[in-house]
Amino acid sequence: MKRKLMAAAIGVTAAFAAPLAFTSEELNFDAYRQMLADGNPAELFEMEGEELWVTARGPKNATLEQCDLGLGPGVVEGAAAQLPRYFADTGKVQDLESRLMHCMETLQGIPSGEIIGGKFRQGERGKLASLVAYVVTHSKGKPIAVDVSHPKMQDMYAMGEKVFFYRTGAMDFSCASCHGEDGKRIRATHLPNITTNKGAAEGWTSWPAYRVSNSQFWTFQHRLWDCFRQQRTAEPVFASDVTIALSVFLAAKSNGYEAQWPGVKR
Amino acid sequence: MASPMRIRAASKDGVTEVRVLMSHPMETGQRKNAAGEVIPAHFITELTAKHNDKVVLSAEFGPSVSTNPYLAFKFNGGAKGDKMVVTWVDNKGESRTDEVQIS
Amino acid sequence: MSKKAIAPLALTVVLAALLAGCVKHGHYAPGASATPAAGAADQALEARVEEMMLTSFKATGIASLDRQVRDEVQKACSSPVQPDAETMRRLEEGQMATIQWPSNGDFTGGDWKEGARIAISGRGLTWTDASPDNNGGGCYNCHAMDPGEVSAGTIGPSLVGYARLRGNSEEIVRYTWGKLWNAKAYNACSNMPRNGYGKILTETQIRHLMAYLFDPASPVNK
Repeated sequence: MKRKLMAAAIGVTAAFAAPLAFTSEELNFDAYRQMLADGNPAELFEMEGEELWVTARGPKNATLEQCDLGLGPGVVEGAAAQLPRYFADTGKVQDLESRLMHCMETLQGIPSGEIIGGKFRQGERGKLASLVAYVVTHSKGKPIAVDVSHPKMQDMYAMGEKVFFYRTGAMDFSCASCHGEDGKRIRATHLPNITTNKGAAEGWTSWPAYRVSNSQFWTFQHRLWDCFRQQRTAEPVFASDVTIALSVFLAAKSNGYEAQWPGVKR
Repeated sequence: MASPMRIRAASKDGVTEVRVLMSHPMETGQRKNAAGEVIPAHFITELTAKHNDKVVLSAEFGPSVSTNPYLAFKFNGGAKGDKMVVTWVDNKGESRTDEVQIS
Repeated sequence: MSKKAIAPLALTVVLAALLAGCVKHGHYAPGASATPAAGAADQALEARVEEMMLTSFKATGIASLDRQVRDEVQKACSSPVQPDAETMRRLEEGQMATIQWPSNGDFTGGDWKEGARIAISGRGLTWTDASPDNNGGGCYNCHAMDPGEVSAGTIGPSLVGYARLRGNSEEIVRYTWGKLWNAKAYNACSNMPRNGYGKILTETQIRHLMAYLFDPASPVNK
């Protein structure tokens, strides 16, 4: 008798669960993204960034055309695919945003503090995002090629890896809590498994991106900032070491994968 | 002043495909800000596309169209080097015109 | 010795090191404590990361800097490999002692409809949230519960038909309360937040979630 009841219960569960539960495939938004990719509004930010690159601005009334993103002054083509990297002139590992911030300060005289103390999508930090859109678009389709041979890059990678597993905050989350296994979701959102190269590349090569749901262009710094917000930590400082370390960790694991920049997200 | 559009126009086998990305908030007038005040409506109402000086498309837009709208269409005719001009007008009377050469 | 002869030897050493890493830490971990020197280097790195987790952050709103400092459980579980069985047992014992059982000795009295609202809401405790009160439980972020809710995460197991499948024995009711209050008492490195112990949810809210899981009228059990 008991066995029969059990079987009936299982039957009911299946009948309810099967037609209603969504599989991972049904809840992935690849087709939607493909449709959006043709008219990705990130292009509007790219246009603004292209204009900003050649516009004389700031207390020094200079353009950014002498900015060295790692491939020599003024070279934008392919530069983002090789960032973050170690820069001898600053003695630091810098990602695209911290490097652009350095150029804005040294060439144009726009103080970094204004950007670090600012807000995303506003003021000079907003302009920086448009510059990011411009620069990353010139690495679209290029393979990620981050050089981790410098000891400071290796150190940042090691720190980034530790941070990835660092459980802290009000809900005990680390990056790995959500991004440590294949095929998982939060609500309907697919989560790449960043412990694998493929999963890391899924994230790194698709951000910065335009978010259709809020009509905003988000840089990688912005993306990480919101990850930490949802992780319930304190607020990460713009372009701080933790953001650079995690960026090096993700970028280096993405080596060889093709940049899809700028991405488009729902 | 309104931000520029990105227009692409390409001719193939006597048919020209035009793709236009517009920078516009497209506020519906239905939304409220954090303070609970209605955000005033601000959206494109009309769009006109001209091939050289001939109108090939005119469209009415409204508040249901997304922020930063994207529009793609095809028309018969058009050749490399021809002029393609797109103009929009919004409910505040602002407008923007951009042009490209068909490739 | 020719260069050719050295290469395979070096390769063997690397492979051996890699294999040792695999066995001890899984494929992903650096071979940290393989030697005392490496262990010390890892500890130095760990200390610098702890420092960075403070200096790279700032307090904003209710999200204060003390969130950057790990407790014993968080620290032990900050690695791709969970601690040894003895450590896990010791941590779980400590966490078990933090569970507050219902103040009136009664696990019932919740309203499943309130429970549903708490389960669906993922709000609360970020630096953009005004106050630490009235948080969501964020249950659907990771668990399926009501089979009619298709937007359910998959990080945790499905809880569809929770009481219908598990019954409502004292044992399962007690376990569920404890798990909701402090999930780390049952698995020190569980992905699930410590709702009661961490002051994410109040006792009343946990009571509502109990009703959502156990009430025969709750859609979870339909």
